[in-house]
Amino acid sequence: MSQLSHAAEHPPTTTGLDHRKMVMWAFLGSDCLFFGSLIATYLLYKGKSLVGPYPADVFNIPYTSVSAFVLLMSSLTMVLALAAIQRGDQRGLRIWLAATALLGAIFIGGQYFEFITFYHNGLGLTTNLFGTTFYVLTGFHGAHVTFGIIILLSFLVMSFRGRVAPEQHLNIELAGLYWHFVDVVWIVIFTVIYLVEAPNIV
Amino acid sequence: MAAITGTVPRWLQRPSGYGGLWSWVVTVDHKRIGVLYGITSVAFFFVGGIEALIIRLQLAGPGNSVVSPEVYSQLFSMHALTMIFLAIMPLSSAFFNIVIPLQIGARDVAFPRLNALSYWVYLFGGLLLNAGWFFGGSPGSGWFAYAPLTSSTFDPSAGMDYYVMGLLMLGIASMAAAFNFVVTIINMRAPGMSLMRMPVFTWMTFVTSLLLATAMPVITVALIQLGFDRMLGTHFFDATAGGLPILWQHLFWVFGHPEVYILILPAMGIVSEVLPTFSRKPLFGYPFIVFSGIFIGFMGWAVWSHHMFTVGLGPVANAAFTVSTLLIAVPTGVKVFNWIGTLWNGSIEYKTPMLFSLGFIALFIIGGLSGVTHASPPADAQQQDTYYIVGHIHYVLFGGSIFGLFSGIYYWFPKVTGRLLGEGLGKLHFWTMFIGMNVAFAPMHWVGLDGMPRRIYTYESSMGWDFWNLVSTVGAAVVALSMLVFLWNFFVSVRKTELDAGPDPWDARTLEWSMSSPPPHYNFAQIPTVHGRDAFWDQKYAEGPDGIPTPIPSGGASNVEEHVNIQMPGLSYFPIITALGLALTFSGLLVHLAVVAVGVLVAFFGAYGWAFEPAEEAEEGH
Repeated sequence: MSQLSHAAEHPPTTTGLDHRKMVMWAFLGSDCLFFGSLIATYLLYKGKSLVGPYPADVFNIPYTSVSAFVLLMSSLTMVLALAAIQRGDQRGLRIWLAATALLGAIFIGGQYFEFITFYHNGLGLTTNLFGTTFYVLTGFHGAHVTFGIIILLSFLVMSFRGRVAPEQHLNIELAGLYWHFVDVVWIVIFTVIYLVEAPNIV
Repeated sequence: MAAITGTVPRWLQRPSGYGGLWSWVVTVDHKRIGVLYGITSVAFFFVGGIEALIIRLQLAGPGNSVVSPEVYSQLFSMHALTMIFLAIMPLSSAFFNIVIPLQIGARDVAFPRLNALSYWVYLFGGLLLNAGWFFGGSPGSGWFAYAPLTSSTFDPSAGMDYYVMGLLMLGIASMAAAFNFVVTIINMRAPGMSLMRMPVFTWMTFVTSLLLATAMPVITVALIQLGFDRMLGTHFFDATAGGLPILWQHLFWVFGHPEVYILILPAMGIVSEVLPTFSRKPLFGYPFIVFSGIFIGFMGWAVWSHHMFTVGLGPVANAAFTVSTLLIAVPTGVKVFNWIGTLWNGSIEYKTPMLFSLGFIALFIIGGLSGVTHASPPADAQQQDTYYIVGHIHYVLFGGSIFGLFSGIYYWFPKVTGRLLGEGLGKLHFWTMFIGMNVAFAPMHWVGLDGMPRRIYTYESSMGWDFWNLVSTVGAAVVALSMLVFLWNFFVSVRKTELDAGPDPWDARTLEWSMSSPPPHYNFAQIPTVHGRDAFWDQKYAEGPDGIPTPIPSGGASNVEEHVNIQMPGLSYFPIITALGLALTFSGLLVHLAVVAVGVLVAFFGAYGWAFEPAEEAEEGH
């Protein structure tokens, strides 16, 4: 009976979840298949390059671990940004949004520097299968992070113009969902590319 | 209102009004977007049909030279691409758009502007894919475009670039639409419409949308890899650098087999609506049909390598994919038996939509059975790349999908336009199409088993295939004739001044028939409350003491347009601006990076304008 009376109230959505939140989950589910296909390609070609440089020749694992750590920490600041707007703290929102974008930018800067270093060590996009699969996979991940930074900075500007009301915290939550997803994907990519040892079949 | 006028330049202000051609460009109404999808996809269907007719002319006799081998390759490739991506999928989309919100008791889809974006990206993507006919040649390596045969080394023509960019755009359109319909169906059902009370067409749309959302990213990655190989010189499919051709095949068919069910499930949904209506019985075995559809969608992911039996994957892989392929025939068979069960003891009316649905069942059984024969690798090794396969896919896609979709056109046309399509011309259309299609495609099985290879532009008279090829061509001409009958019927009907359909011309069962035809732009003056399956039927009929439905006096649909003030999503420029930006970006990649830069800027401008535009029209101040 209680269900019936609830139905009569015309709930805004059938499940009670906001449309936008649901579509974000649908998009992220779809994006899993996107990264899944790229990662599968990387795994298929792991150790299959006919000419060097090979991963062991160029990787600097401590360096990339630090930048991975930076990206993971940005998930923490993202959570703090959402918590700030949920309690109506505009100043906190701005600080943590800026921190998240900054950490993301450090990660992207690190990736840029890494690409440049690899390139100087002889690994171009077209050098071998390793270069092809490495740059395309990490490059598309970097593009996702960059897109996330643009969104975070947009919210930062909106907050300064007083256009992020506390009751609109869902917007920040959606940006957060996207941001966390991109971080989680990096955990997988980092493990697959840097941590799993591959035989070098020449 | 004044504040907004002050800050936004005049040409960017929200468009208003529902009149004129321009209102179609800025529309976000699901019914109008559905009509746009319908008209565009039928236009592309005719383009694909003309390509097919030229192919059949070339093959009508041995040693013909109607077209050159190069043009022939482009014709069969573009015929497949056009029919799959530009005709069947968007025509299904047209029905998703028109029917789903009405069936579930909603006023629109969850994201009306995203819906408009899907349509415009589809239109521009379709034009880009076809641009090769005018600029530098069309893709000529089959719709599957096996790399490395399609790498720039072996196919330097511009055609493959149009293929990559066109399909990337169409993928974006499909994914956006899929997200939209997943959310709409989960989240916008009328009170009381639980999942197991949803009409079967809604269910099949849901499963199809999930398949689109998961399959499209895979082809997107494959296309990106192919595009990088062609434009930047990467080595994804370059055997000289150690790349594996089989990577493309796996990625393509991991997408390609779910795609097959993306093409057929909407038609199955339509048939599951039409049969009960014209048998005047509830759908037999509703849960079996629903769960079969879900199972088909799920298993669609586990059968892709049956497209690759002759590649040499080894006996274990071949055996595993044989088993899964045989397994997927089971839920399809369950559906067929339930449809027959629906007809059993019904008071059947042979109206045109019903004829097309019955045609669907008959032809789809034939196509399904020939499909099961190549679930077996030894048999498939014989049939691979022969006309037997061409016969099979045309029985399932033409006899299946197209018949189902025409059933939908005849069924829902009165709802959209308020006018009935002519019954006499409709029946003439059905019988010419039914006969023509069997004459065209049945002989392909014989010449195929006799060894006639597909995708070869001609054959020698000594092979003994002359007669049946001529028969096929005659059949194709009959099908073309049937399409002219349809066009004639269509134009006669839309030009009728009298709205002769009424709200519920078929005495149908689902909620879309409970409002006037065409529906008011807000759909439901009052959102209905659903108490069971066949929600509208229950409003019209009560079960009498002997189990015979008895009309409820006040039950039927209301044709009175109530004047209610309902806040609807406002018109918007931004979907088409964003779509134009994407079109510039993707076509710019083939021309000049400056065009890409402009395209990205336009797309960002569109997206930002969109984000800051309120979804609903601002209320007028007093």
